[in-house]
Amino acid sequence: MTKIGYFPGCSLNGTAKEYDLSLQAIARIADIELVELDDWNCCGATAAHSLNSTLAVALPARNLAIAEKMGLDEILVPCAACFSRLAQARYEIKSDEKYRTKIPQLIEMEIKGTANPITVLDFLNKYALDKIKDKLYNKLNAKFACYYGCLLTRPEHLSTIERREDPLVMEKIIYLSGGMPIDWAFKVECCGAGLSVVRTDIVGKLCAKILDDAQSRGADAIIVACPMCHSNLDMRRNEINKNLSTDNEIPVVYITQIIGLALGIDPKKLGFDKHFVPTDKFLHKLQKQTVEV
Amino acid sequence: METKSKIEPLAQPLKEKILNEINELVMKCYQCGKCAAGCPLSGEMDYTPNQILRLLQIGDPLCDDEVLRSMGIWLCLTCDTCHSRCPQEVDFPHIMDFLRSESIKRRKVHPKAKEIIAFHRSFLESIEKTGRLHEVGLIASYKLKTFNLLQDVDLAPKMFVKGKLEIFPHRIKGKEAIARIFEKAMKEAEND
Repeated sequence: MTKIGYFPGCSLNGTAKEYDLSLQAIARIADIELVELDDWNCCGATAAHSLNSTLAVALPARNLAIAEKMGLDEILVPCAACFSRLAQARYEIKSDEKYRTKIPQLIEMEIKGTANPITVLDFLNKYALDKIKDKLYNKLNAKFACYYGCLLTRPEHLSTIERREDPLVMEKIIYLSGGMPIDWAFKVECCGAGLSVVRTDIVGKLCAKILDDAQSRGADAIIVACPMCHSNLDMRRNEINKNLSTDNEIPVVYITQIIGLALGIDPKKLGFDKHFVPTDKFLHKLQKQTVEV
Repeated sequence: METKSKIEPLAQPLKEKILNEINELVMKCYQCGKCAAGCPLSGEMDYTPNQILRLLQIGDPLCDDEVLRSMGIWLCLTCDTCHSRCPQEVDFPHIMDFLRSESIKRRKVHPKAKEIIAFHRSFLESIEKTGRLHEVGLIASYKLKTFNLLQDVDLAPKMFVKGKLEIFPHRIKGKEAIARIFEKAMKEAEND
């Protein structure tokens, strides 16, 4: 059995429970053990790097040090924002002498930077897909707009994605699941991220452009791999629709939930009932079409 | 301009501080404007990314002051679009982080940015106390700081029903270690 470190982050314990549920389900089928880091802490997110650059490295560094202590070489970080903070901390420690000496004193732990954070897309490509691709029985006969947002594709020194302005990693997974990925213009635009609470008006405007483009190109669902993108596009839908002439009802679904559906897992076990924007119509369409095929 | 009186004479230009402290050279920018074209928020900002860089390049205390008092530095989402498309590879989000902390240190924060900072502070306080983010605590603390008592009240019940909100925080075992990290990092920032 393959073992890999797992840093769920605060979102997957709360607002993004369906992401955790569906990811764990895939890991079980792929026979991969996700080893949760002992007593992990919050990565510090936007707040830390906006206010205190030392804290922005020290908080994620503690998690990296825990992974090293547990003998883990790789840590799956499903939240794109947490991934960015953990990967940046590792980058700073490896490239900057100042942090190499300062951080161990701050976190009171040794740290070499041997544990490598990876995104959910890397995890799927490197570990899971090979083991599950023969089990993708359900053909997902629908159109999908794959949305990457910022932190899976940028900054360049942290991103492992190819074609960063027009990535195709998720599209390939959708294609493998029998779905039809669409070509659209907003896949690497920003959703408004950390301004969700304080400037919901801005998030509404940015997300409206994203959803409007997906709708005009006939998408049945938007696929995401980040809890920040998900909560902005899903939970903020009322605010978003204020910027649109007609209400946009496209559901926003995690890539892991879609793979789960293709594997034939019950939508409830994948947390489809936890979205704010209803997914019934979308699920119904898939069912109807799988019967026809 | 009324800001004139608040400027310290012979202050070190920000561009020099930026070079010394975070090793970014603002003079590399040749004003192609690709950053502003790609920035999802240029339309909302008082100064767009390239304009902020231009003000910094001039190196005049008046221009530096204008940058530190701008709203644009607080709206930046750190989406990194500007940096990834910059032909001169100016790491503008890195510069923005520096400008934000400098703006706080010199007490030049734009009045409309106070809520954004209050949110960041509430967020960090939540981590400092428990080691992890506790949404209910974060929102309660943010509301108390800003008196936005009615904001997002419609979301909470729905989140709770869907099992997305925990009423009580989870305290990690290493919360004392986290509190010490905060203490040391804050002290260091003060001594800068």
